[in-house]
Amino acid sequence: MLGKLDWSAIPFDEPIPLIVSGVLVLVILAVLGWVTVKGYWPYLWRDWITSVDHKRIGVMYCALALLMLIRGFSDAIMMRSQQSIATDGAMGYLPPEHYDQIFSAHGTIMIFFVAMTFMVGLMNFVVPLQLGIRDVAFPTLNSVSLWLTASGVLLTNMSLVVGEFARTGWLAYPPLSELKFSPGVGVDYYLWSLQISGVGTLLAGVNMVTTILKMRAPGMNLMRMPVFCWTALASSLLIVAAFPVLTATLAMLLLDRYLGFHFFTNEAGGNPMMYINLIWVWGHPEVYILVLPAFGVYSEVIATFSGKALFGYRSMVTATMAICILSFLVWLHHFFTMGAGADVNAVFGVATMIIAVPTGVKVFNWLFTLYGGRVRFTVPVLWAIAFMVTFVIGGMTGVLLAVPPADFQLHNSVFLIAHFHNMVIPGVLFGAFAGYTYWFPKAFGFSLDERLGKIAFWCWFVGFYVTFMPLYALGLMGMTRRLQHTDNAQWDPWLHVSGIGAVLIMIGIGFQVAQLVVSIRNRARLRDATGDPWAGRTLEWSTLSPPPFYNYAVMPNVEGLDAFWREKRQGLDPRRQPPEYEAIEIPRNSPTGFVTAFFAVVTGFALIWHIWWMVILGLVGAFATFMVFAWRKRDEDELPADEIARMEREHAGSVAA
Amino acid sequence: MTDMTYEGEAVPSRGDYPGPPSKRIIVSYGFWIFLLSDFIMFSAFFATYAVLAGETAGGPSGKQLFDLTTVAAETAALLASSFACGMAALAVMTAQAWKTYAASATTFLFGVVFLGLEIGEFARMVGEGAGPDRSAFLSAFFSLVGLHGLHVTAGLLWLIVMVGQIATRGYIPTTIRRFLCFALFWHALDIIWVALFTVVYLIGSGL
Repeated sequence: MLGKLDWSAIPFDEPIPLIVSGVLVLVILAVLGWVTVKGYWPYLWRDWITSVDHKRIGVMYCALALLMLIRGFSDAIMMRSQQSIATDGAMGYLPPEHYDQIFSAHGTIMIFFVAMTFMVGLMNFVVPLQLGIRDVAFPTLNSVSLWLTASGVLLTNMSLVVGEFARTGWLAYPPLSELKFSPGVGVDYYLWSLQISGVGTLLAGVNMVTTILKMRAPGMNLMRMPVFCWTALASSLLIVAAFPVLTATLAMLLLDRYLGFHFFTNEAGGNPMMYINLIWVWGHPEVYILVLPAFGVYSEVIATFSGKALFGYRSMVTATMAICILSFLVWLHHFFTMGAGADVNAVFGVATMIIAVPTGVKVFNWLFTLYGGRVRFTVPVLWAIAFMVTFVIGGMTGVLLAVPPADFQLHNSVFLIAHFHNMVIPGVLFGAFAGYTYWFPKAFGFSLDERLGKIAFWCWFVGFYVTFMPLYALGLMGMTRRLQHTDNAQWDPWLHVSGIGAVLIMIGIGFQVAQLVVSIRNRARLRDATGDPWAGRTLEWSTLSPPPFYNYAVMPNVEGLDAFWREKRQGLDPRRQPPEYEAIEIPRNSPTGFVTAFFAVVTGFALIWHIWWMVILGLVGAFATFMVFAWRKRDEDELPADEIARMEREHAGSVAA
Repeated sequence: MTDMTYEGEAVPSRGDYPGPPSKRIIVSYGFWIFLLSDFIMFSAFFATYAVLAGETAGGPSGKQLFDLTTVAAETAALLASSFACGMAALAVMTAQAWKTYAASATTFLFGVVFLGLEIGEFARMVGEGAGPDRSAFLSAFFSLVGLHGLHVTAGLLWLIVMVGQIATRGYIPTTIRRFLCFALFWHALDIIWVALFTVVYLIGSGL
């Protein structure tokens, strides 16, 4: 009846997961209870859960990512504390089978549910506003994407309470991830979570590519798009081109595990190395899917706060698209030691170094934008400058790793761990924080507390170096990755320092939480009535904060780069003219995304535990949801012109007051 | 200044981007992007098949298993189905009811014939002890060809839904757009089949 599921799935004999999951369940119940008592459900359902507004969806993506950042960081601090305690033969507080789940979950959650989710969220919120349009190409599909991502998040976190997570590392290499060596449900949780959220990401990519290439305000030629839109385009193209490979690869591993196929097994001609090739054909572009939108954020932030047009717009666009293509030509550098031979390794080594060229172009463009500018050192600028310094260091260690002979020494060591954290933390996370601070007033109408933001920044910045620089040293001393305990006195001081760094980062996260809470409490004082708190350059600052649900009462007419800046310079503030309003078609809210995601969770859970009747139930439910959507009477509501005129007058009144 | 029109609307001159096109263009464009991503998923399975084609692990090879007569019949059925689908799309665009139903029924019928032949072939192979768990070659074969078959199945289901939509709601713009997407999907499966026919069956029968 319930497949493999029984009471042994609940970790009664392991106190740490049991307590953690118990607390988690209590917190969730408390939040749900609070929402019920306060009577917020109708509001949440109407204005958020069923919303197809790209701004709401973007905000929900970012909120989900921030929540998962805390989950992923809990894993991180457990690992760092375990490694700084379990030295000289001590075993620490995490048994090996638990430690293995923690590093697997940490990687999976941080990449898929923090970095990825945050970037998709920022793109969702910003791109339509910057393009001067009212929504993405497929608003309901957008909601489906969001909720499928949330399904993946839910399944991954369910593994904390019911069953276990993978112990295979975040990419689940076979043959370890095959049924023979990982008979539990951990790998299945991993696979189905990623399959479901992967579909969501793919659809988000399709949506974004269509939006950027087909729907822009009149006059917004491609070469007049803000750089963030270019990076969003490149990133979305990579999603469309890379995520199907992930789906295919994970599907093959699932077939191996569920139906006895022999793709990656050791027997019957299977080839585990093929998995490693395939997964990195997705995995390397994935790095650029994450980092390119962050580059876009930095470009916007640096230009705005320098009070200058971005230096070298054309070269920035060219570099972005060059990275987009080159990112598909370097995957093999993730496994130089596989034995592909010197020639193949050399080709991929050189290709890897070539990627440093367009990246370097970008760094110089940012520096030249700052040069001679009237730089305001706000929190987003601090993140951006910290990124430039740190990312260049990470890039240089990357070039070291791109030399195959050096890689033979350093691969699988904590030098590698230090390197990729040195890329992804400044390259993605700092960008996410910069974007979060930069666009927060646009989304909510009040800005974030500056002082707490700066304290959080310095904790993160210093904490990052204290955590990861010791790992470079440890890697050079020969420490391999994923060690549950160590027995080498020379490593101890470095491990302790690294642990202290993680504590600094934790304090930084604490200040970020405090910043959010304090800012919400002081929102009246931090209110931005103008819609343009930073003296912005691009169109999103020309509308109100928060923007009305139709974004622009009249579609802007774009005549050049930095469209809003030009308008301000010409003194033609579009809000001051009495425009002629036309009726707007507003897409109707729909619970399709949420209900589909619910059935996706049911199906995924049933597949993980081999509950076949429930699989059928879930699939039929999802299909029925689509049928209801396909037969709905109206897709859009018309917002009449006089209604828009009335709302605009009200807004104008509130701005004047 | 506005001396050009685009989709019936005046646009600024100087060759600037005129603003978003009609919904029909946006929907088809988006669906094309999705189809490209689907092609990429297939390409991963093609690449896998190419790597594993020789890994028979002492079991039967393609030459011993493939029956080109059946495959020729499958190809004919799929192409006929695609032709009928093209006729159906034309009928939908001109809102001709009986032609829509007749062409859709033909599309469906040939699709079922294709699927029946494929399932028959799979059953025969499994019966001969050459199932997907026999060797890596057969794993790759069953999943590549099976993935195409799964797409055909999904397409047939979609076709039923589309005919249901036309029957209950008539030729409204939403339904027409969806039907045209279905037609794109159905033709795309032909492109995949051409590659599959060549890589798996023609080359495979020679090995």
